[in-house]
This record gives sequence, C-alpha cells and structure tokens, in this order.
Amino acid sequence: MSGDHILSVDHLSMRFGGIVAVNDLSFGAERKKITALIGPNGAGKTTVFNCITGFYKPSGGSIRLTHDDGRHIQLERLNDFRISKLARVARTFQNIRLFPGMTALENLMVAQHNALMRASGLTFLGLIGAPSWRKAEAHAIDLARTWLDRIGLLDRADDAAGNLPYGDQRRLEIARAMCTEPALLCLDEPAAGLNARESAALSELLLSIRADQGTSILLIEHDMSVVMEISDHVVVMDYGVKIAEGSPQQVRDDPKVIAAYLGADEEEAIAVMESGT
Amino acid sequence: MSAPPVVSKQASSAKASRAPGVAFIFKKALISALVALVLFSLMIGVRTEAGPVGQLIYWTRFGDLAAMVATVFGGSIVVELLRQWWGPVGTIRVVPAPVQSALSFAGRLVAPVLLVFTFLVPVIFYDQRYILDLGILVLTYVMLGWGLNVVVGLAGLLDLGYVAFYAVGAYSYALLATNFGLSFWVCLPLAGILAAFWGMMLGFPVLRLRGDYLAIVTLAFGEIIRLVIINWQSLTGGPNGISGIPRPTMFGIPLSPGDDGLAARLGIEFSPTHRIVFLFYLILALALLTNWVTIRLRRLPIGRAWEALREDEVACRALGINTTTTKLTAFATGAMFGGFAGAFFATRQGFISPESFTFQESALVLAIVVLGGMGSQLGVALAALAMIGGFELFRGFDQYRMLVFGIAMVLLMIWRPRGLIGHRAPTVFLERNQAISSDLVKEGHG
Repeated sequence: MSGDHILSVDHLSMRFGGIVAVNDLSFGAERKKITALIGPNGAGKTTVFNCITGFYKPSGGSIRLTHDDGRHIQLERLNDFRISKLARVARTFQNIRLFPGMTALENLMVAQHNALMRASGLTFLGLIGAPSWRKAEAHAIDLARTWLDRIGLLDRADDAAGNLPYGDQRRLEIARAMCTEPALLCLDEPAAGLNARESAALSELLLSIRADQGTSILLIEHDMSVVMEISDHVVVMDYGVKIAEGSPQQVRDDPKVIAAYLGADEEEAIAVMESGT
Repeated sequence: MSAPPVVSKQASSAKASRAPGVAFIFKKALISALVALVLFSLMIGVRTEAGPVGQLIYWTRFGDLAAMVATVFGGSIVVELLRQWWGPVGTIRVVPAPVQSALSFAGRLVAPVLLVFTFLVPVIFYDQRYILDLGILVLTYVMLGWGLNVVVGLAGLLDLGYVAFYAVGAYSYALLATNFGLSFWVCLPLAGILAAFWGMMLGFPVLRLRGDYLAIVTLAFGEIIRLVIINWQSLTGGPNGISGIPRPTMFGIPLSPGDDGLAARLGIEFSPTHRIVFLFYLILALALLTNWVTIRLRRLPIGRAWEALREDEVACRALGINTTTTKLTAFATGAMFGGFAGAFFATRQGFISPESFTFQESALVLAIVVLGGMGSQLGVALAALAMIGGFELFRGFDQYRMLVFGIAMVLLMIWRPRGLIGHRAPTVFLERNQAISSDLVKEGHG
C-alpha cells in the first residue's frame, strides 16, 4: 500500500467460534483524509471497528497506527482504554452511548479525563485546589465550550445529555470523541437516524474537523449521500472481505459493489465478480 | 398495587379526574377484601393453643375475622378515593405556584438549617445524655452513609459488605491502641489507610463482576471479615472482643477527672458530659470531612469518571478512562471513610466485638443510601436521621417498631422510588445550575 497511511490494517481476521466475521482484510486510512468503510448489513464493518478500537482482540493480522511523528503503534497488542489513551484513537457508537444523566458539558469534561487527571496531580493537587489545577480546569471548560459552540449546542450546555434531541446527541457524541484530542476518529454510522438537513450539517462538521484539527477520520456509513460527499477514499466490504476500494466515483461504478448492494443472487454475483477481476 | 386509573389529559377539571367509576373502586375493594379473607381466615379466624396436658385446643373468632375483612374493604375504598384526590396524577396542578416556590425556597434552606442545628445540639441538649448519644449514633450513620454513597451512589457499584471496612477500622484502632499504645490521632489515619487497602483487596476480584454477582461477592466479603475476626482468637480475642480501648484525647489532653485532665486544666468542674460533647463534635467533624471530600471529588476528574462509570462503562473505556483504577479508587475511598467511622466507633464504645459488625449493619447503611437518593449528600443525611432517629422514636411501641418501619419504607418507595432526593446536581455548569431529573440518571449496573 502506498501513501501516508495513519492506519494500516493488514490481513485482519476475526472469528467468533466457527463464524468468520472478518476474513483477511487489508486496507489503509490516509492521514488527514476521510476514509469510509461501507457494505451491506452484516458485512463485518462494526467488527472491524471493534478490532481497531480494542473492544475485540483480532484472531489474526495486524493493525498499525502511525502517528505524525512517525511513531508506530500496533493496536492489536493494546487493549481496552489504552487504545484511546496511548494511541489516541477515539470512537463513537452505532447506538449512541452518551452519559445520559450528565449534562452536555459534563460529557465533554469526562472525555478530557486523562489530561485533567494529570493536571489534578492524580486528584491530590485538585483536592487542595492548587492554582495549576484551576487553570487546567478552566482550560478544559474552554475546550468543551468551543466544541459545544461548533456543534451548535452552546445554549444547551447545562441540559442533561439524555434530554437532547437525537440529532444533537449524535453531534455531542462526536464532540465528546474530539475532546479526547484524537489522531484518528472512528465514527460508527454517524448519520443513522438523521434527516437530510441534519446529515448535511454532519457532513459539514466532519469536513471542518478534518480541515481545522487535521484529524484523520474513519467512518462506517449507510447514508450514501454523506459517504459520496465527504469521503476521500471508500473501502467496500461484504461477507467479511474487501470487495472494492477507491475514490467514491470509482466505487460507485464498480459492478461488484452494485451487485453486493442490489442483492444480486449468488451465481449472478459470482459472474459479476469474475467479469470484474 | 395497581396504577391509578388513567385520566385523559384533556380532562382538566378536577371533577373529571375523579370520574373513574364506583364500579372500579368497588371491584378493587372486593378483591382486597377477598385477599384479606384468605390471609386472615387462619391467622385470626382460628385460634389454637396447647391445652394443660399438651392437647390441641382451638376455637373460632369469626367476629374478629369479619371485622378485619370489613376494615380492609372500607379502607381500600378510602385509600382509592384519597389516591384520586391527592394522588400523583394531578399533584402539580393542585399545589398553587406560590406554595411551590415557597417549598423550593424552604428546600434550599434545609441543609444550612440542619447544619447549624447540629452544631447547637450539644448546647441545647447539654443535660440530656440520651439525646447526645442518639446524636452521635445518627452522625456515625450519616458518615457511613456518605462513605458508602461514594461506592453505590456515585460509582454505581452495589456493595453489600460495607460493614467489613467499618470492622477493619474499628479493629485497627483497637489493636494498635491496646498493643502499641498509639494515640487515637495517629491511629485514625492508619485505620483509614488499612480499610482503604482492604477496599482495594475486595476491589480486585470483583472488577469483572456486575449487578447481582457483585452484590453477592461483596456480601460474602463482609462475612469473611467477620468470621476471621471471630476465629482469629489470638489476635482479635474472638467472640469476646477487645475491651479497654483507650478513650480519645483532645490532642493529648485526656478528658478525665485527673489533675492533667481537660477540666482541671481549664479550672472547671469535671463532668462526664464533656467527653460526650467532645465525641459529638469529633464525629461531626469526621462526617463533615467525608462530605467535603466527596463534594470536592465529584468536581474532580476522578469523581466525574465514577459517575460516568455508573452511566456507561463501555463509553468510559472508549474515552480512555481506566475503568480498573476508577473502580478501585471508588472502593478504596468509600472504605477509607468506613475505616474512619470504625475507629471512631471503637474509641466511643471502648469495647468492640464481632457482634457489632453483622450483615444487618451493611443493610442498614445501604438502606440509608438508597432511601436518601443515590448520590445525594443531603438525602443521605436526612435518611440517616429518619432511619436511626425515627427508629428510636418508636422505641416505646416495641412490637410495632418493625411494622411501622416497614410500612414507612414501602410508602416512601411508592412515592419517591428514587429516594428522598432523587435528582442529580451537575458538577460543572456554564450558565444554569439546574438539577437533572432522576429519570435520566442511571443506577449503575454493578
């Protein structure tokens, strides 16, 4: 694979008992670009996400993250919270996972946990109210305020996250992930359940994140209008394998992709695939 | 108990909301009466006794039975009518706005008034030893409730073995003081540290457990500590306990009638009440320390991480929060306060034995936290006052005490299922400090 890849997935496999959810998948996500991972339901997209973000341990293959300074991190060797803390990979969830009983602002403060933990001297400096802690806290609130402003929720900062409308919750979850200051942002169906106006606002938000923060984005999405509009590179999966990749235009015209999406029956699909290769 | 009859939202007049008919109320009363008949037919209807030579003597009391069933029937109708007039359905409409604002104003005053009153208790009730002792007992449970609140209320980890840390604190002080002659003020932090250490010990094996499983393991842990104390006779004295635990000194000055005692030094006449008043202010200070630290921690990243853990553990992990250390610190912090309270208990009693650290204590403290409203500091204090103080109020009616207590708990859980103070105050805000409804706040999952 060529190019400056922030994320390189090589020969990734994930098996659950006898079921092969992801089979020998290789793809890359370019730095400061938006890469979309698409495919029909059950293609294994979310499984790939869970492997990248440490919720699953892959059965085989490697996932390598290369930071801006050239530092490599093998994500399959890290687990759990360390992926976010050390490798700076943030994610959102297909079914929104905010902290519903905490305010929008508190949600964004929780996201800055590790930075604030250091600033509070592992709680002890914070307990005595040291000036350095106060400064760090004010800074964290400022960062949260900036993000609330960007997602248009500044006036609802003190409302419980569970009380926000669905579309606002989606954007708040993205803002929360961004408050961890990630190098790679993984979004699992960010446009699911949004209306046309809200998806347009989402596309704008993602493009501005890429432009202003320089964060690389990997997203799973079913809403093709969003995918086609913002993606720089599209990877198509079906039945746990990659069936195509390229620019949105290339992918859209790919007969294998069309077959996978239109649900051509098996023989037809094989015929299309053979003719394509 | 079934839900009150559904009233259509358009029916705005009070009369319409009372409409659901006589038939419904009658039917409900009839069912209640039938249940009462089945229940009481053997309990009240037939009276059995052993005769002089051990034979069975029985006679029937159908009159009493009929009276009981009739009472249930009538009572059911009255309750149903009351529910429709004062029930939760139209409560907000019924209470006028000025009364509501006055109530919320009064609500804000509760905490400061309670605090000032608590400070004045030893002054007002100086001569009443009973009230002072009761005050110390209530404050001990307030402190235990606040300590457990960190684990259960904030981090959402159900801990049924909290008394173990209370015991560790008490025995730490008792053993260190009787064996090495260390003073209370040296032992207090040590007791806290030892309890926190055992909190971590408990934390490790239960990290992966949730819900019921967590509750069972913590319950077992509490019992293990108690059984170890009972059986390790050479160290703890077993069931005989430890006696002759030194009384606390006011920073080295003993509160005794001797020449070097506080009374002699101040040139006032010695009175045993001095020590009680000192103990009262000591536990008040310890409880307020617990409260202050908890309030402070809630606004620090660790406290927010505890609450986030209660809300959604998976999301915490995705945000890079180490859930292992977060859980362990919650256990350790809660246990530390339990240890402080235990050390205080030992020095107040002068004698401790395993009997003081049974599961009932854990259940009582947990009930205080749940009744108070999980996570609410004021709620826990009010609940401790109601549970311990209320229990004492009914000491006169010995046999009915548990009955009244049970009914009060049931009623409270019907009217305020999330505790006295169910809403959550945010830890940080930009413009409006508004409470979050209990419907949104999670109870934690383990």
